[in-house]
Amino acid sequence: MTNEARSASSVAPAARRLDRWRLAGGLLACMIATSAFAQSVILNSPGKKPLVAIRNATIVPVTSAPIPNGTIVFNNGVITAVGANIAIPANATVIDGTGLFVYPGLIDSGSHVGLEEISAVPGTVDTAELGDINPNARAEIAVNPHSNIIPVTRVNGITTVVTEPEGGIISGSSAMIQLAGWTPQEMTLKAPLAMHIHFPRLRSNAFDEAPPDEEAAKEAAKNYTKQIDKLHDTFRDAQAYAKASAARTNNAAIKRIDRDVILEALVPVVEGREPVVIHANLERDIRAALKFADEFKLKVILADAEDVARVIPELKSRNIPVILGPILSLPPHEDDPYDLVFTNAKTLYDAGIPFAIQSQDSHNARNLPYQAAACAAFGLPKDVALRSITIAPAQIFGLADKIGSLETGKLANIIVTDGDPLEIVTHVRRLFIGGEEITLDTNQTLLWEKFKARP
Amino acid sequence: MKILKDVVGCRLSVVTRSIRYVVGARLATVGTTKRQPTTDNRQPLLALAFIFLATAASAQDIVIRDATILTITHGKIEHGSILVHGGKIAAVGTNDQVKAPANAQVIDAAGKFVMPGIVDTHSHTAVEGSVNEISLPNSGMVRIGDVLNNEDINVYRQLAGGTTTALVLHGSANPIGGQSQIVKWKWGHPVSEWPIADAPRTIKFALGENPKSSNFRPPPGIPAQYPQTRMGVEEVIRQSFIDAKDYTARWDEYEARKKRGENPIPPRHDILMETMVDILKGKIDVHSHCYRSDEIMMLLNVADEEGFKIRELQHVLEGYKVAKEIAAHGVGGGTFIDWWGFKAEAWDAIPYNVALMTRAGVLTSVNSDSDELARHLNQDAAKAMKYGGLSEEEALKLCTLNGAKQLRLDHRIGSIDVGKDADIVIWTGHPFSTYSRVETTLVDGEILFDHTRDLAMRKDMATEKKERLKKEADEEAKNKKNAKPGKSDDEAKPEVTND
Repeated sequence: MTNEARSASSVAPAARRLDRWRLAGGLLACMIATSAFAQSVILNSPGKKPLVAIRNATIVPVTSAPIPNGTIVFNNGVITAVGANIAIPANATVIDGTGLFVYPGLIDSGSHVGLEEISAVPGTVDTAELGDINPNARAEIAVNPHSNIIPVTRVNGITTVVTEPEGGIISGSSAMIQLAGWTPQEMTLKAPLAMHIHFPRLRSNAFDEAPPDEEAAKEAAKNYTKQIDKLHDTFRDAQAYAKASAARTNNAAIKRIDRDVILEALVPVVEGREPVVIHANLERDIRAALKFADEFKLKVILADAEDVARVIPELKSRNIPVILGPILSLPPHEDDPYDLVFTNAKTLYDAGIPFAIQSQDSHNARNLPYQAAACAAFGLPKDVALRSITIAPAQIFGLADKIGSLETGKLANIIVTDGDPLEIVTHVRRLFIGGEEITLDTNQTLLWEKFKARP
Repeated sequence: MKILKDVVGCRLSVVTRSIRYVVGARLATVGTTKRQPTTDNRQPLLALAFIFLATAASAQDIVIRDATILTITHGKIEHGSILVHGGKIAAVGTNDQVKAPANAQVIDAAGKFVMPGIVDTHSHTAVEGSVNEISLPNSGMVRIGDVLNNEDINVYRQLAGGTTTALVLHGSANPIGGQSQIVKWKWGHPVSEWPIADAPRTIKFALGENPKSSNFRPPPGIPAQYPQTRMGVEEVIRQSFIDAKDYTARWDEYEARKKRGENPIPPRHDILMETMVDILKGKIDVHSHCYRSDEIMMLLNVADEEGFKIRELQHVLEGYKVAKEIAAHGVGGGTFIDWWGFKAEAWDAIPYNVALMTRAGVLTSVNSDSDELARHLNQDAAKAMKYGGLSEEEALKLCTLNGAKQLRLDHRIGSIDVGKDADIVIWTGHPFSTYSRVETTLVDGEILFDHTRDLAMRKDMATEKKERLKKEADEEAKNKKNAKPGKSDDEAKPEVTND
């Protein structure tokens, strides 16, 4: 047994309990040691936020025109200068960016990164709580900073993601997290970010859109009504709870009420301080969702929304932004145009409705830039596609002062590439999160190196 | 959610397909969907008939002008032309090298890229109902070719992504699944014209979590099915071939006794055993679903010991760990480029698998296992340049020629060469650019997808849909009126509409 394994077994309470059974204890210690080794490349951050200057690169700030032969300087985790003629501080570490490009770190507007490891192994999945109403579930609580998925997500330039729960109707709140940090707290930029509602769908089972027969249709309709009622009841209760709480705050003479964490989590939502991401795909469900949002005067972000082209005036008049994706998915209806999901972004752009793009994935959230590119293949201007995974999500989630572009004062979430990050054949060469250079190694590159060398 | 649906629907196909079947959700539609009978490969007359039909349908000569042609076999031709005649590629070269008859339809492809149709060696598209005959550990007697639905819209969507040929496989619920079917996506044609006449017969094997039901609990009242371990999977496969040899021996004995003038009772015909015998004789190609390196080694060893060949390892996500053993057996590998972590056996899946297998000498392709992914296999091929550094030429082969070779159809598909089938895709830019999309797809010389034509058809479809809905609504209103209380059905006079 190695020293490392011994110390692991001595600190692990589970292993202490198993001390009497040496074999079992030893096995567990070995497992802990193995997993510690397997994660050794995922040292998220060396903890240094040095003064760095990248010069002679094409700098793409996103919020302004690309700067050929530009320089970007960052220090203490924050961008201090961007431009064509920037004086490089004497003590800066200088990176020559000749032939390279500098972009802001990419942002995934909807994912489960950090919340799951192996989809088919329930013990490793923390995305969905039991029951329909879980507003008190908070994504950042279950984010595993040492998930093997995190380094893999970074390889194509994603530095920041919205990670969100997905169970039931009110699934819980999401968090905007940086993909580096030793603890969930270090990673978290903003939480709760938004409340996620997976709007009830009129359907009979998990696999088919249309109810197969009359009996099933009736059952589905009954179930749907029940779910809608439940959602309404919960929000009415939350409104009453908010009112009661506020009244007592203003007047101590008012009778105390017991705290209710479920309703409490909804207070900022019904008071319009926290946005609601409503996930709805089909036209019927989107319309029902809008009606619901109107009734409770919610600050809404519509997500998924494959039928979005059918509700443009309704979104426009309410000033509702949209999170599209995954773009590489099949149209919802058999008779939809084959490119419906690819063209939705252009439809929103033409209508002047703000939108961002999400992977709605974890293992392959790394393909987010190619999801955005698919929209550009079908008419969206390329620079708008880039915005949809940088500044647009930052704006939609109220974090445009911190992330989403290369501007002085923003967090140094920076990627250095050998080309357009929305092209598959481009490589990300270096990646900084909050000013710290983060490894591009993953368990996958380790396995690659290992088996490349197999005799 | 969508990705999850994909994962559950295809990767864990055992789960949903069977649940779907159990729940009966699709049963209602199964019997009613119009379906053309499939051509049986063993019926030469029918096969000839569909060749004739295909040729007749694509009689129009087509010349594609001024494109960048990615030939796959002989490099890139700038400002190139292709002449299509009788459904075949009649000429390829630079613009001035290719002469076309005056009446040929000209496609101006200036600034565009042309490549051969994408070959998808792992599809379940157009399968009517369940892809799994789940009830037996060995269901080698059933045939996917019997249940193809030529109205599956995903076929058209895949043409719009440049995919023209597919191996439509049985599911992975059992160690030995059903026989699969190699087809061209001949959208608009009767399904009898889909199978490629001289394509080999194929069968699906499956190893690991799916055949041992790891991610699937049987519905209440239905007992767990053997096997439940990788040991059991090995046993099912081995025993099947032992049985097949005994079956052959029984027939040999019978024939010998007959020859000696005896009057023996013939053995019972068994189409499952005949399938297994045909595998042993090399008449049916084995395509085996697999993930982990140990199970790959198991299958290679069983094949060696029982005397049959594996044509292609499907998924083969840990193929890179035993790439030299796979190469030494002359077995191909068709894989996902970057799918991983969706189940335990996909935990060590790495996107470098394709490059590592290719470098070890394994004939490697990228394939879909998904109605969605089958629309952009070009992008998966491009990822092999990114992860592991394959050359553009090597990467292009992953979704074209290599798959054609794995299907033993490279004499007719997989590259732009004179004499090959005119399965051609025209792209707005290089197919490895994420900003490119398909403009036109030809199958056997016939344009089966065209972006401009698609846009025009949408308008017609919208008008037609509107009219039909109106007609239906009108009729319903009329019926309602006629069914007013106090009026019997006999008295209802549809033409009386004064009020």
